[in-house]
Amino acid sequence: MLVTVTSTAPAASNLSHLLRKHPDRAQAFPLSVGTAHVFYPEVSDERCTVALILEVDPIGLVRDKRFRGSDAATLARYVNDRPYASSSMVAVALGQVFRTAMNGTSESFPELAASALPLEITVAAVPARGRDTAGLVTRLFEPLGWSVTETPIPLDPAFPEWGDSVYVDLVLRGEVRLSDALRHLYVLLPVLDDAKHYWVSDDEIGKLLRAGVGWLPHHPERELITRRYLAHQPSMVNEATARLSADTRLNDLDDLPAPELAEPSEQSGSAPLAQQRAEAVLTALHDVGAHTVADVGCGEGTLLKRLSAEAAFTTIIGCDVSASVLVKAARTLNLREASDRQHERVHLAQSSVTYQDDRIAGLDAIVLMEVIEHLDLERLPALESAVFGAAAPGAVIVTTPNADFNARYESLPAGSFRHRDHRFEWSRAEFAAWAAEVAARRGYSVEYRTVGDVDVELGSPTQLALFRKATNL
Amino acid sequence: MTRLPLPNLSLVVLVGASGSGKSTFAATHFGQFETLSSDFFRGLVSNDENDQVATSAAFEALRFVAGKRLDAGLLTVIDATNVQADARRSLVALARAHDVLPVAVVLDVPQSVCVERNAARADRTFGASVIKRQHDQLRRSLKQLGKEGFRRVHMLSGLDEIAAAEFVREPLLNDRSDESGPFDAIGDVHGCRSELEALLGKLGYELMRDDEDRPIDAVHPQGRRAIFLGDLIDRGPDTPGVLRLAMGMVAAGHALAVPGNHEAKLVRALDGKKVQTSHGLAETLAQLSSETEEFRHEVLHFCRDLVSHLVLDEGRLVVAHAGLIEKYHGRASSRVRAFSLFGDTTGETDDYGLPVRLPWAEDYRGKATVLYGHVPTLEAEWVNGTMCLDTGCVFGGKLSALRYPEKEIVDVPAESVWYEPVAPMGARESSGGVAAGAVTRDPGLLRIDDVLGKQIVETRVFGKVGIREDNAAGALEVMSRFATDPRRLVYLPPTMSPPHVSDRDGILEHPAEAFAAYRREGLDRLICEEKHMGSRAVVLLTRDATRFGAPEGWRGAVHTRTGRPFFDESTTDDFLSRLDRAAETAGLWSEFKTSWLLFDAELLPWSLKAGPMIREQYASVAAAATSALPAASRVLQAAVDRGVDVTDLLARTQHRASNAEAYRDSYRRYSQPVSGVDGVQLAPFQLLASEGASQLGQDHSWHLAIADRLAAADEEFIRRTRHIDVDLTSAESEAAATTWWEDLTNAGGEGMVVKPVAGLVRGTRSLAQPGIKVRGDEYLRIIYGPDYLDPTNLARLRDRDVGHKRSMALREYALGVEAVERFVADEQLWRVHQAVFGVLAMESEPVDPRL
Repeated sequence: MLVTVTSTAPAASNLSHLLRKHPDRAQAFPLSVGTAHVFYPEVSDERCTVALILEVDPIGLVRDKRFRGSDAATLARYVNDRPYASSSMVAVALGQVFRTAMNGTSESFPELAASALPLEITVAAVPARGRDTAGLVTRLFEPLGWSVTETPIPLDPAFPEWGDSVYVDLVLRGEVRLSDALRHLYVLLPVLDDAKHYWVSDDEIGKLLRAGVGWLPHHPERELITRRYLAHQPSMVNEATARLSADTRLNDLDDLPAPELAEPSEQSGSAPLAQQRAEAVLTALHDVGAHTVADVGCGEGTLLKRLSAEAAFTTIIGCDVSASVLVKAARTLNLREASDRQHERVHLAQSSVTYQDDRIAGLDAIVLMEVIEHLDLERLPALESAVFGAAAPGAVIVTTPNADFNARYESLPAGSFRHRDHRFEWSRAEFAAWAAEVAARRGYSVEYRTVGDVDVELGSPTQLALFRKATNL
Repeated sequence: MTRLPLPNLSLVVLVGASGSGKSTFAATHFGQFETLSSDFFRGLVSNDENDQVATSAAFEALRFVAGKRLDAGLLTVIDATNVQADARRSLVALARAHDVLPVAVVLDVPQSVCVERNAARADRTFGASVIKRQHDQLRRSLKQLGKEGFRRVHMLSGLDEIAAAEFVREPLLNDRSDESGPFDAIGDVHGCRSELEALLGKLGYELMRDDEDRPIDAVHPQGRRAIFLGDLIDRGPDTPGVLRLAMGMVAAGHALAVPGNHEAKLVRALDGKKVQTSHGLAETLAQLSSETEEFRHEVLHFCRDLVSHLVLDEGRLVVAHAGLIEKYHGRASSRVRAFSLFGDTTGETDDYGLPVRLPWAEDYRGKATVLYGHVPTLEAEWVNGTMCLDTGCVFGGKLSALRYPEKEIVDVPAESVWYEPVAPMGARESSGGVAAGAVTRDPGLLRIDDVLGKQIVETRVFGKVGIREDNAAGALEVMSRFATDPRRLVYLPPTMSPPHVSDRDGILEHPAEAFAAYRREGLDRLICEEKHMGSRAVVLLTRDATRFGAPEGWRGAVHTRTGRPFFDESTTDDFLSRLDRAAETAGLWSEFKTSWLLFDAELLPWSLKAGPMIREQYASVAAAATSALPAASRVLQAAVDRGVDVTDLLARTQHRASNAEAYRDSYRRYSQPVSGVDGVQLAPFQLLASEGASQLGQDHSWHLAIADRLAAADEEFIRRTRHIDVDLTSAESEAAATTWWEDLTNAGGEGMVVKPVAGLVRGTRSLAQPGIKVRGDEYLRIIYGPDYLDPTNLARLRDRDVGHKRSMALREYALGVEAVERFVADEQLWRVHQAVFGVLAMESEPVDPRL
């Protein structure tokens, strides 16, 4: 909400001419994002400081559709940092209030506008220390000629154990043209703000390119800047996708660390683990000669898509507990354009592995790919009853992480799980013990397979159990 | 006038040539919607009643509509020529598919009359040859109708007979719904006369005997009647004696009976059909051979006339030998009869050579209580509102009866093992009452259609509560993946509404509006309870893990209002063992004679559950605000000092800075560090239930007295709930409560909850709101933001609507109460879960989170 720009150039007060704002008057500008106040707390020939304070109307913010982020309808809308932090909204205000100065044109002082000035910029409470942003402020500003001082703001001095907040007070010092300095802020404040960059107008790409002239193309973090700046484009499609991707298939979340984890060493060149897992499941389905199949916990339907490509599968049912993820699966499978025959062959149903569901009863096979570890252990008997007891398919294929293999993931602290929603991860012995008991109780035989590159001692990253119903008990 | 009997539930097929007057006949005798005319359906699908090209589509639509009517149990008349066997065959199949009786009514009108009538109609373009063909087809059909499967054929020949016909609707033989008992339903007797005599005696019947001292009737002084659930005969020592007594009771109106598979087989044997005499029939035939021919004749008629199942007590009770699925209740077809006699058989046999039966009762969700026998079990037990009363008397078990409507089991032990069972008693029930190798279903398993889709939950305090389909869909994931196991999830608390916005200046909520809301409901006696700033918690504490399907040593559950556990397993155990000790000291275990207690409570501190939210949301905003606003003030002050006019902005910014400090103070009050159970406090404010007793009807002062006793037992762990009674008829009392609230909130308290003193109380229109929360000004900062009290902000915040929230609160409350009542009544898991799930589903409905 607060930015100050100080010039210590000779005849420093000329700053006001470049900014085209009178040094002895306070001016207020009503903007879409709130009211911007511009005034000069200090004016002398040695030092001239202009301050911009953005007053955000918190209630108006809640009621204005344009500022609703993806957290609409949560309390976050009502109590949030927009009125206090120097966020992307401040960048918008800078761009509107100092448009001329930002363009670098000045009728009265063209040389001054074109030359680098000794500047000191302070920005209060910049949201800059969120996820993956450690050191980011320096990485963004230093290549542009700034010396950067960040002072972290503690979360709450009364609770030192809580550590620092995501906000820093930022001071930039350097010899930079005023126009460039303002354009740096205009682009980089939203980049630091990242997730909270609210949409303001349609032409974000054009604005980025214009504001980035002369510096963005050579910036070492150009890619990050572009991605983050444009990450929150306003199309409804994107907004919807963003909302949906917040709860994507658990498998996919699970596979997020895969690039780092799955290929820790010499095994480069292998297919990603997720792909190898799907192939292992398909192989198992072919081995049991399955034609009617349910993928229970199908998520966004990546496996279903592969199943539907093979004529051998005559009935394909995808189930997931989340209704919203099934919408995505329908899109993956292009169900809206599917013919009646395809609809008969492939369908989706919201269901849960802890409830008996007759829609998946009596099939050739049921796939539980990376599902069981997302259930509390105490619910596994219900899963067993529903899948092995009530649905009683000819075969059940279960895949789950092999905890023994976790030792190979250097970035994974000992004893922790590969995904934060995992309720447990089993060693090969634990998995085999469970599988053998289920098989015995429910009249199945069980066979264990590896998925992924096998370590002699630790086994494979994913383990697979193939249950076949024993005939004529 | 000819009176033609017509079963209430039947598919009536009119048969007659074009022009025979079927439509007029139908309009005379049946209701507007009862008759489905092929002409009309032709019109519906083609805009032309006579368009023969549309016939096939018209009949498809007609059969569909007829099916829906029959599903609903409505008599339906098909008005079409139906002179061809093919056309009639599909209608007989339709009747059978819906288990209703197909009835044919033939209008045999002279050909000349038909031709004449058609000629008079401009829209009928076909000639006399068509009529003649139809007439010929009708002639050929007449003799076959019975063979085609029509259970009744009414032949009306000539105009006079048609004019004189009148239908008399009759209930089906199985429809005895006007008989409401009381009854004593008795399981498979299998010739055990002595045990039957003993059981009847124990039930309070007085036996009547004939000259030879043989019992021939039994009378209950209170007019109770016995129901024999079939298989009176075979295997046991005295089949004739059992029959003599049972037949006497039925004839005298002292008993009802349904046939068992053994009676059905006996009928075929006595009819001279070739049957296998295994499973005890040989013994029966031997025993009957020493009886008189007359007695054997009576037996044959008795057994033959038994109706496969009976619907009693306004549909609330259904009896059938092998049980009956809901779809078949009150229906009549061969498969209904077969199900009643043999159960849900698959046609396979198991290792013992006995037929494999599917456990229909596991999936039973019907309203009616179903009593049956057929498969010997060790103990008579309720399964989804059904009970098998065959406890294997003839195999040395016992003879059991159920008193209805009391639902008490009365039994007598077998006097001997009269017949060696093929399979050991109970062996075939190892997996839920099913033969080994058959499809097994675990009784505790819930079905997806118990919760998904549109659900209607019948609640005892608020009538029907509907759960919207998309809300149910939204709740499924939370319930499946995050909530406590459904067997241990007995209750979820309802949402709570704030009062209407106060019209006082500078304030959003005030007790006056809460008092006014209850005054409008006609309720004067209220109680104000301190609202603890913690997290709502439901605490189930048990000393009997098996009651909740949990492993030995399991002490219970502590979960949030969405069913999520608060703690990990070991902390939960520590927490509950401490609560158990407090309950012991307070004497609750002995007082309530219970092995479990269910509390509604608040768990403190708030930061225990909301820690991440406090840090990432509240503290984070405060950090930005308390840092940026003073910085802005300093810059503004500098400008003011050099004569720039930003005085107003400076004052505003300084005011906002102090608001930010106040906001920070608000959340700080609720954040205390906690490790394990240390520092955690429980503030129970309601004892919801204990074994056999829902406590929801108790006064809140009663509940708080219990909480105080727990607190006295462990002051450090149990937090008392301060409270004050309000009598709305006294202005002083109301003022005192208001002052109490002001003191509470001025001292940093969140606020209070205003409740009627009485539990489950009704207001003027319906169930009263269980509570209205009135929050303090400072607390509301963390809900509405640091600056909400600024006049311009407050003015805009005033427009909020609590109506929807109130309505949801009531429905959720009704569901929660229903879940507890069902659990206490030991109802099936799915019944309890359906109500609990309903609360969660309603919570997925978007409502302004600030309310």
